[in-house]
Amino acid sequence: MSREDYEAVIGLEVHAELSTKTKIFCSCANEFGGDPNTHICPVCTAMPGSLPVLNEKVVEYAVKAGLATNCTISKDSKNDRKNYFYPDTPKAYQISQYDKPLCENGYVEIETADGNKKEIRIERIHIEDDAGKLNHDDFGGDSLVDLNRAGVPLIETVSKPDMRSAEEAEQYLRKLKSIFEYIEVSDCKMQEGSLRADVNVSVRKKGTSELGTRTEMKNMNSFRSIVRAIDYEIDRQIDLIEDGGKVTQESLRWDDVSGKTFSMRGKEDAEDYRYFPDPDLVAIRLSDEYVEKIRAELPELPEIRKQRYLEKYKLAEKDAKLITSSKYLSDLFEQAIEVCNNPKAVNNWIISDISRILNETEMEPSEIPFDAKQLGELVILIDKGTISSSIGKKVLTEMFENPRNPEEIIKEKGWIQISDEGAIKEVVMKVLEANQKSVEDYKAGKDKALGFLVGQAMKETKGKANPQMLNKMFKEELNK
Amino acid sequence: MDITELTVHELQDKLKKKELTVTQITKAYVDRINEKEKDVQAFVTVLTDEAMKQAQDIEEKINRGENKGEFEGIPIGIKDNMCTKGVKTTCSSKMLENFVSPYDATVIEKLNNENLINLGKLNMDEFAMGGSTEHSYFHNTFNPWNLNKVPGGSSGGSAAAVAANLVPWSLGSDTGGSIRQPASFCGVVGLKPTYGLVSRYGLVAFASSLDQIGPITKDVYDSAMLLNIIAGHDERDTTSANIEKKDYVKALKNDVKGLKIGIPKEFYGEGVEPDVEAKLKEAIEKYKELGAEVEEFSLDVAEYSLAAYYIVACAEASSNLGRFDGVRYTYRPKEVNGLWDLYKKARSEAFGDEVKRRIILGTYVLSSGYYDAYYKKAQKVRTLVMKEFDKAFEKYDVIITPTSPTVAFDIGGKIDDPLSMYKSDICTVSVNIAGLPGISIPCGVDSKGMPIGMQIIGNKFQEETILNAAYTYEQATKFRENYKPKC
Repeated sequence: MSREDYEAVIGLEVHAELSTKTKIFCSCANEFGGDPNTHICPVCTAMPGSLPVLNEKVVEYAVKAGLATNCTISKDSKNDRKNYFYPDTPKAYQISQYDKPLCENGYVEIETADGNKKEIRIERIHIEDDAGKLNHDDFGGDSLVDLNRAGVPLIETVSKPDMRSAEEAEQYLRKLKSIFEYIEVSDCKMQEGSLRADVNVSVRKKGTSELGTRTEMKNMNSFRSIVRAIDYEIDRQIDLIEDGGKVTQESLRWDDVSGKTFSMRGKEDAEDYRYFPDPDLVAIRLSDEYVEKIRAELPELPEIRKQRYLEKYKLAEKDAKLITSSKYLSDLFEQAIEVCNNPKAVNNWIISDISRILNETEMEPSEIPFDAKQLGELVILIDKGTISSSIGKKVLTEMFENPRNPEEIIKEKGWIQISDEGAIKEVVMKVLEANQKSVEDYKAGKDKALGFLVGQAMKETKGKANPQMLNKMFKEELNK
Repeated sequence: MDITELTVHELQDKLKKKELTVTQITKAYVDRINEKEKDVQAFVTVLTDEAMKQAQDIEEKINRGENKGEFEGIPIGIKDNMCTKGVKTTCSSKMLENFVSPYDATVIEKLNNENLINLGKLNMDEFAMGGSTEHSYFHNTFNPWNLNKVPGGSSGGSAAAVAANLVPWSLGSDTGGSIRQPASFCGVVGLKPTYGLVSRYGLVAFASSLDQIGPITKDVYDSAMLLNIIAGHDERDTTSANIEKKDYVKALKNDVKGLKIGIPKEFYGEGVEPDVEAKLKEAIEKYKELGAEVEEFSLDVAEYSLAAYYIVACAEASSNLGRFDGVRYTYRPKEVNGLWDLYKKARSEAFGDEVKRRIILGTYVLSSGYYDAYYKKAQKVRTLVMKEFDKAFEKYDVIITPTSPTVAFDIGGKIDDPLSMYKSDICTVSVNIAGLPGISIPCGVDSKGMPIGMQIIGNKFQEETILNAAYTYEQATKFRENYKPKC
């Protein structure tokens, strides 16, 4: 059989760290980084006798996430213990939710490769605490435990196995990320691990409905790795089956350097977590009013915002989609418009140069080092003719590299556009004199020569001459 | 006058009348500990030097006219499973032999706020698992009424210390009878409050849904006073009840006229020592004399309570004790070959047999495939037991049973027979399973002079009712005036 006879079945378990001020079961600061073991207390270090107290904000954030992904909110939920030994888990159990998650049966919509809409179903969203971190000391061969992250609140969003390709999986994850950013429950910084996914992949023959044996790749934290890992794993599984072999259910580790998956020993499946209700915590009971209040306060979601951009700013569908895919980009867009009142120009900057630089540097929109006011000012400088748009590109690059106000940059670099008639005339005359051949060409009907002359003048002024004025003045002189 | 013979309310009286000073009181206890601790061995950590220093500080304050609290300068002893900042909290385990808590348990904060003086940390069965204090890693504790007998457990040190006048009162913890049974064996008063009345924050967990801290005292009046100090809602313990604060001393009316007492027949007869049964019958007659209405009834799910108790308690313990893994504050084996070897050695070498037995039981009942048959079923039994008690409390104000079917047994007598040790909890566990308050008070001695305990069980948060019932009986019978431990 050929590759085309198979289809992939992909499901994601996405962990998002919630951006509450404090941890899930104690009042320690929920902050990324910090010196090891500085955001800790008797509760998150599991000192004997300490007890957890559920942070109500965590419930609120999880309910928000559930409502934004069309889930049913469970009015009667609870916390369960998942027991296992590991030094990053000081209680020797994680407090998670087993059979009564807060949110169930939701979905998000993605666009498939052929442009159709597709619903990816969400089985559940539950709350749980994150583990600490082990720092492996290269010198002494020891492992050091840092419990700053222990007790950071997480929501785990479990999808149904509804995705059929790496692209769909990427789309789904991007959609989820964008929703969580919009409702401001997580900063979703993948490189800091605040959004990470366990990816389950299996393959089956097209037309069958039975699920194949799946493998799981844990803790994936970049879109690129996820796409590569899924594609690799699909190929590996098909090859294995075609060669008469069988896929083993196991946890795999994706290695970005070699571009391969490796078995992590089958221990995972043998583990019995002995889930049971946490007797230290009381049941989570939510009233209808509570849930409805959160529903009413949900902010505008990406889909709605996109529609608004289409209507209000008349953006192209593709552009509106790109900008609204990230709350940060979208906020940047709206705030910059407030400064410069030129939606078309801001749109162009975001979809072209800014997006290109983000892609090239693998930067998240939230890491853009300048703010909306500075972007708006850049647009104003071009609109006013203070700089040309080609200088504008250089200013933008500078704003990424060494963020300052654009006005400051152009002053410092001496990039202010020459719009003084006398100065322009001087350059024009100089260029005409030095390029008699082109003058003759132009007069012989070769219009291209004008472009060359303007180019020479730009070169002469290091790009600072006002191009419209140059054009006009060359024409005047040549037609004399 | 022997100061250590006095109850706390008597000490308060003498302090108020300036017949005694704070340092005199603490000094008397320090002397008593120096004299008798070698026989009773109630302590894991003795804090006599610290206590004397604290007493002097408090006395200076009092002399400057700065004292405020009514309990200022009263000594106390603490079961060694409640976290005390700066003082070891060992749970009588090799695992926590050198553990010093960085924080105080909520109950300890409350004692400190009242300026009580901690005389030391008291011996117990390791991690509160056991009924004889023979499962302490450090040493046995001996029953002050007969040094060849166990003091009961797991709060054996707390009960023996009060009985032997080594402390005026103490705190114990009760998961399946661990306050009431040793109180019964040692002829003192032990109260297990309603689940949720006293904060568990800082109590090293054995079985979270059953554990409760409570007072062990010389008499009922002291019990009510100590409960006044330790009861109350705590934001750090979400299972603690947010109810209005009560004054339990005010509940002591010395009157039981019209009190409806239920006598569950399943708690009498087979398995109960004849002397125990006889003394309970006498006590019940006494209540009738005092004007209470007594009726026998059937509480038949009680017999399933013991099985349900051991399943739930062990399941929770197996998870609660996971944190003792050799990584942070625990015993750490010297030579290890990697992480799993560290876990294995730390837990093999530092947990005692009884603790291991319960961890294994608990791990088993929570395992996939067994969960429904054991843990889930036990929870169902638990609901049934609660309902059965609810029904009983529609008819009765209190329920009276023996605290233990036997008096204190010989040291070494049951140590190799865990099942018979578990069975001695038969009268007390259903109270924990149902989350009810129960008090044990002495109601006489057997033919060999060993004290017998009577358990009075109340409805949820009806501590006032059982304290008044206990107080009224105590006032009418004056056990302490008639019987004294040998030691």
